[in-house]
Amino acid sequence: MTELDRLAMYRQMVRIRQYEARIMQEYHADKSPAWDIGAGLIPGEMHLSAGQEPAAVGVCAHLKKGDAITAPHRPHHFALAHGVDMNKMTAEIYGRETGLCRGKGGHMHLFDPDNHFSCSGIIAQGLPVACGQALAFQRKGTDNVAVAVAGEGAANQGAFHESLNLAAVWNLPVIFVIEDNDWAISVPRSASTAGVSNADRASGYGIPGVRVEDNDVEAMFEAAGAAIDRARAGEGPSLIEIHTLRLWGHFEGDAQAYRSELETVNERDPIPKYAASLQELGDLTDDQIADIQAEADAEVDAAIEFAKSSPEPTAEDALLHVFA
Amino acid sequence: MSTTTESRRVTTAKAMAEGIGQEMQRDPNVFVMGEDVGAYGGIFGSTTDLFGEFGPDRVIDTPISETGFIGAGIGAAVEGLRPVVELMFVDFYGVCMDQISNHMAKIHYESGGNVKVPMVLMSATGGGYSDAAQHSQCLWGTFAHLPGMKVVVPSNPYDAKGLMISAIRDDNPVMYLFHKGGQGLVWMEKNPRSIGEVPEEPYTVPIGKAAVAKEGTDVTIVTLSLSVQHSLDVAEQLEGEGISVEVVDLRSLVPLDTETVLESVGKTGRVLVVDEDYKSFGLTGEIAAVIAENDPGMLKKPFSRLAVPDVPIPYARPLEYGVLPTREKITAAVKDLMA
Ligand SMILES: Cc1ncc(C[n+]2csc(CCOP(=O)(O)OP(=O)(O)O)c2C)c(N)n1
Ligand SMILES: [Mg+2]
Repeated sequence: MTELDRLAMYRQMVRIRQYEARIMQEYHADKSPAWDIGAGLIPGEMHLSAGQEPAAVGVCAHLKKGDAITAPHRPHHFALAHGVDMNKMTAEIYGRETGLCRGKGGHMHLFDPDNHFSCSGIIAQGLPVACGQALAFQRKGTDNVAVAVAGEGAANQGAFHESLNLAAVWNLPVIFVIEDNDWAISVPRSASTAGVSNADRASGYGIPGVRVEDNDVEAMFEAAGAAIDRARAGEGPSLIEIHTLRLWGHFEGDAQAYRSELETVNERDPIPKYAASLQELGDLTDDQIADIQAEADAEVDAAIEFAKSSPEPTAEDALLHVFA
Repeated sequence: MSTTTESRRVTTAKAMAEGIGQEMQRDPNVFVMGEDVGAYGGIFGSTTDLFGEFGPDRVIDTPISETGFIGAGIGAAVEGLRPVVELMFVDFYGVCMDQISNHMAKIHYESGGNVKVPMVLMSATGGGYSDAAQHSQCLWGTFAHLPGMKVVVPSNPYDAKGLMISAIRDDNPVMYLFHKGGQGLVWMEKNPRSIGEVPEEPYTVPIGKAAVAKEGTDVTIVTLSLSVQHSLDVAEQLEGEGISVEVVDLRSLVPLDTETVLESVGKTGRVLVVDEDYKSFGLTGEIAAVIAENDPGMLKKPFSRLAVPDVPIPYARPLEYGVLPTREKITAAVKDLMA
């Protein structure tokens, strides 16, 4: 890992965080005085990924054109790190005609075929689809890979286990990425999951499994690099579980009354921690921190501006696109 | 139904939870399980305060394993317990439909009537707040189509409690489908009809009996769930314009109270069916068939229906409201029938 890799990862994490922070602000801006989930310029459920940037950034640093990702209900960090156009994605979140899906999908259903990126709001159901994309790459003889992302809660869904087995038995170029943020809405991992690590579950299917502790972006980068090289070389699937952090609520509006470790959440924020370690190495100056932040601010503001100034679809458009 | 003394105004969500809690007090075999039904109280408030009262032994948070825990509910019911299981959104039926349709709904019949499955599967339905295609469906027609489960669809707090108690006491599997927009949640726009008078003591509302929610003489609206609230708003509005609308709240799809429907349509001679589910192969067609089989001559005007026009529920507000049965569309459809 070079200094450039480190800086690029830091920059990407800051960019994603700025995005999530501004979306949060915008989401709540017009929902008062009586907070109403369906009101405002961004209506509906909103699952933000703040704190989980290391997972996306460590993996996507190794991806190239043609590689696929299936993301779950909390997709923004993987979308941005994978190169999904910020303007079109934001316009989709605002329900505009210029959005990735012309306003039909919304934040949980982002589809970007140019980048082979998709999401599903149904838990763990993106995993089989990633296996299918990997199957296509294998049959076409490319060295592309598919990354299937899911939370630790999703790993108790049948589709997770079926997908691991399928990928193993067909030797598919898939990388399963499990984001263990300790919580599935209000249910802690300890109450839902037998066994300590999904890396161990992977070995039950004969798949290499790695658990990355401490939300460590560099360890994630290393683990993902090895798994992706393996998959590209035709050596089959891997699983990486990262112990990450849900910095905010499950969705916006979640009061998190159930959450026992709320006081220490901010101390565990991975971005200031990474900045400090890069500064210690001499890889990051105060000026660079300010520049990177300013760059992110400008890019995100422009995307929000693009979205807000884009036209809305009309009621008649709802009848289009049922069939090809 | 009991002769009530004390009643207060509560939300539909609170009424449901109260019904479950009172049955838990009465019968130790009743327990609750599902995702976030414990400390959280159910994402849509259906288990509010139950965890505090009954604890984790009887109000059980599950892993995100719907096939597993719905199947476990079936097994527990077969052994004589009375589980109330929550599928958080009805849209998630896809991951557990085998347990619902091939097991929960068929075991009694397959066993020649020898095995009972006294379980309630409750689930949140409906759209209107931009939750898009995977979190906004109603799907009650799908469950009603498959034989072997009762399907109840409350529209107000009073029925929500009474139907819940009936569902728990029923020896059959009951799908209890509540509309998110009718729960009276503080964080979602609501019709004032989502809060209403509910007696404190336990009572039942019979499953299979529709209610005439408002009497009228010109047009019958046959509807269910949140669309009852919209239809009542429209009926009150049109009253002032000289159109007398009768609103029939089906309250359950299985069994379907065809008698109440036919009686009302026989009286008015004009019918509009309002359904937030998909249009084709569903409730609206079923009601048309009931009328056609009985006496098509009772209609003075051609049958009319308003439902989601066979597209997935889109995200953006103008798109979503383009396909939902809104008050405006209900009003226009009633006026068409009167033209
Ligand atoms: C099949 C299915 N069941 C339940 C849900 C509701 N749901 C949405 S997110 C979520 C928790 C997911 O937890 P996890 O997989 O750990 O991801 P996280 O939200 O922590 O990122 C649940 C239960 C769903 N969307 N799909
Ligand atoms: Mg989680």
